[in-house]
Amino acid sequence: MNTVMRMWFAVAPLLLLSNAALADWSAVNMRQGVTEISRGVYDLHMIIFYVCCVIGVIVFGTMIVSMLMHRKSIGAEPATFHENTRLEVIWTVIPIVILVVMAIPATSTLRDMYEAGESDLDIEVRGYQWKWQYTYLNDDPAKEIQFMSALRTSQDEINNLENKGEHYLLDVDNPLVIPINKRVRFLVTAQDVIHAFWVPDFAVKKDAIPGFVHEAWTVVEEPGIYRGQCAELCGKDHGFMPIVVRAVPEHEYAMWVAEKQQEAQAAFETVGKTWSMEELMTKGEEVYMQHCVACHQANGQGIPPAFPSLVGQGVSVGSIDDHIDIVLNGKAGTAMQAFGLQLNPAEVAAVITYERNAWGNNMNDMVQPKKLGTMMASQ
Amino acid sequence: MSAVIEEHHPDDHHHGPDKGIMRWVFTTNHKDIGTLYLWFSFAMFLFGGVMALCIRAELFQPGLQIVSPELFNQLTTMHGLVMVFGAVMPAFVGLANWLVPMMIGAPDMALPRMNNYSFWILPFAFSMLASTFLMEGGAPNFGWTFYAPLSTDFAPPSVTFFIFAVHMMGISSIMGSINVIVTILNLRAPGMTLMRMPLFVWTWLITAYLLIAVMPVLAGVVTMMLMDIHFGTAFFNAGGGGDPVLFQHVFWFFGHPEVYIMILPAFGVVSAIIPTFARKKLFGYDSMVYASASIAFLSFIVWAHHMFTVGIPLAGELYFMYATMLIAVPTGVKVFNWVATMWQGSMTFETPMLFAIAFVILFTIGGFSGLMLAITPVDFQYHDTYFVVAHFHYVLVPGSVFAIMAAVYYWIPKWTGNMYNEPLGKTHFWLSFIGVNITFFPQHFVGLAGMPRRIPDYALQFADWNMVSSCGAFLFGFSQLLFLFIVIQTVRGGKPATEKVWEGAHGLEWTIPSPAPYHTFSTPPKEIPEAHG
Repeated sequence: MNTVMRMWFAVAPLLLLSNAALADWSAVNMRQGVTEISRGVYDLHMIIFYVCCVIGVIVFGTMIVSMLMHRKSIGAEPATFHENTRLEVIWTVIPIVILVVMAIPATSTLRDMYEAGESDLDIEVRGYQWKWQYTYLNDDPAKEIQFMSALRTSQDEINNLENKGEHYLLDVDNPLVIPINKRVRFLVTAQDVIHAFWVPDFAVKKDAIPGFVHEAWTVVEEPGIYRGQCAELCGKDHGFMPIVVRAVPEHEYAMWVAEKQQEAQAAFETVGKTWSMEELMTKGEEVYMQHCVACHQANGQGIPPAFPSLVGQGVSVGSIDDHIDIVLNGKAGTAMQAFGLQLNPAEVAAVITYERNAWGNNMNDMVQPKKLGTMMASQ
Repeated sequence: MSAVIEEHHPDDHHHGPDKGIMRWVFTTNHKDIGTLYLWFSFAMFLFGGVMALCIRAELFQPGLQIVSPELFNQLTTMHGLVMVFGAVMPAFVGLANWLVPMMIGAPDMALPRMNNYSFWILPFAFSMLASTFLMEGGAPNFGWTFYAPLSTDFAPPSVTFFIFAVHMMGISSIMGSINVIVTILNLRAPGMTLMRMPLFVWTWLITAYLLIAVMPVLAGVVTMMLMDIHFGTAFFNAGGGGDPVLFQHVFWFFGHPEVYIMILPAFGVVSAIIPTFARKKLFGYDSMVYASASIAFLSFIVWAHHMFTVGIPLAGELYFMYATMLIAVPTGVKVFNWVATMWQGSMTFETPMLFAIAFVILFTIGGFSGLMLAITPVDFQYHDTYFVVAHFHYVLVPGSVFAIMAAVYYWIPKWTGNMYNEPLGKTHFWLSFIGVNITFFPQHFVGLAGMPRRIPDYALQFADWNMVSSCGAFLFGFSQLLFLFIVIQTVRGGKPATEKVWEGAHGLEWTIPSPAPYHTFSTPPKEIPEAHG
């Protein structure tokens, strides 16, 4: 649809009724989702919606009849009746009965949602400003899979310099992968402010609260890609931290796990080698653009005072130890996070090196991943 | 009655209003202060409205065009704060100032000097709040609900000014509500028993108690924030032994009664207007009083329905779901009573009646979505989406704001002595009615389809309805300039209004001349009418 057409649709909403968008209810109604719970929730939604429609037709219908028949202009004389206890009792009791009837299935669905059974897979979901971290909990820490999941939509698409892709704002670099027909438990928490983990197709929405862990669970029945968004205002890029879940058959899931574990091993090995300046700068720019750019901006100038500039001031042109400290441990009371929790030693070393040598900061020094590996291990 | 007026006349001569600006600065006259509140509220309505239009302009299309995400968050926050605390609440206080003494046959508010203070705090509070836009780091950007820790550890420096401004608004509200309570309980004319008071007076009495109960809670929660930010406490920081969810409990213990503070006086206004234009007594006066009191009571015990997703245990979720569903009962009683009042009346449809009828219909639609939101398992899907935005705008805009406009059209002949221009009033109504529905109805759709609230940019499937909504917002917004024009035109002149103004009007305010003299009921009225609406 081109812009002119969009304009027409907008100024003449009636035209929209003929739009194909309406034939497809997904544009105007809740989706049924792909779990037993989500279908139960959808049914409740439709029941209460129809109840409201029926009451609405009765109440508004009465009003409209009254407005048409009981108007002075057609000579209606006002009646004098008022106060009728029986009527008052009736219109108090009937709503109570409707509410009780409605409360029964609602209670039952809610109890099912709170049913804390044994899970097949536990995933810690941790909200950060403005991305998610997923940790597949495992009794053997060496086998634990952990990765960050951030928006993949480019800044050019957001700033209208490029056409917007099909999954504009709903695409991430590393989706959460779960097996179908398994009971997956999400342990939801946050690192900084409150976020909310929401996947509409699972009818799962749980606030991610720093310092507290809450659980939610799901059993997905159909393979597919399910998209959601953070649902609690969490600062500047609240609108830019989607959630993408890829539900796959079990054998595919097993393959994915093996691959992830191999990747982790490979990353661990790169920490041991000595990196050249070019390697660090290339890797550093990549890490910076993924993790730092939202606040400190592509040109390093930041958005003062909340997000300070890194150019020609502060730790980037000061002591290298202070620089490492702030990147690893964050800065209390600010949005600066403890990236030691999110990045591996090679990534931290590279990004520090990048910040010290980009944008004319020419410090000409570098940090080797090996050094950080020892520091981070001892923490 | 004319004898009473002649008695008043000499008073007017000696104690008329001062001349010039000082009349307004030092005034202790309830009518002057009512006027000040109403104009202040209208200014804030335009200020909040301009921010809303910036938001809707940004959301006209996907992508970032007009404002940055940082500014967007500041705009949503300030729009909410300004509309709630600057537009809707002061408008109702202004109406209370004008009308409560005239309705109960009192000469003025009980505490006139305090009345002056409670108004004049507001311009300072809101100047301070608005000035945060010019501060380094920008205005508050954490939503009007200012959840910690986004509003504490992660807030811009202007948060301290925001806290101070909230304290000032709270002091103003508490003083204003003490004044209303003392006036209603002590200054009623002899014979004006509680059950003869117009419903507007009743609903304001209940509202004033709600305000006194919850504004200190708001003051408490912002003070705890202040301590966390500047004095090293950790009320809302789990790292120091606190709890971010505690913030939400305290905030919503204030916040839920607060939303009823913004609707109860509207119920009173509509209960006055519908009987007048249906030329028929309010169907169930007593049950309306009891329903208002029940709604006020329930408002204190349902707060956590705003927090169904924070991880409350099952028993808590069930309790708050059932309690919330109960609110539908007294609210239903109100709606049924208004409909029964219209039934077999002899209706005419002047502008106040149009706004009142639109209020009943559109507020009921907001009530329906409220009932849907009460169902906890489904709320998980609605929570923090545009469905919620649609819900509370339906009860606030065609709810509270329409009631305020209805009240202005209904009583402005009494205030100014002039009739407003009826065709223009009706034009204003229809533009507003159409605009408000085009703006907010599609927001139900995008909310159900999965669009979170408070986002500056959205996925492509939400584009069409957002564009419709933005068009409606501009129609609604610019229609309010017509309202401004009509009000100014009426203040400056127009067909002289009679004493009674409306054929079906009942109540003490319609027994005094139009415009109402500067001082009324210096001696109490002799005849107290039965309650009519």
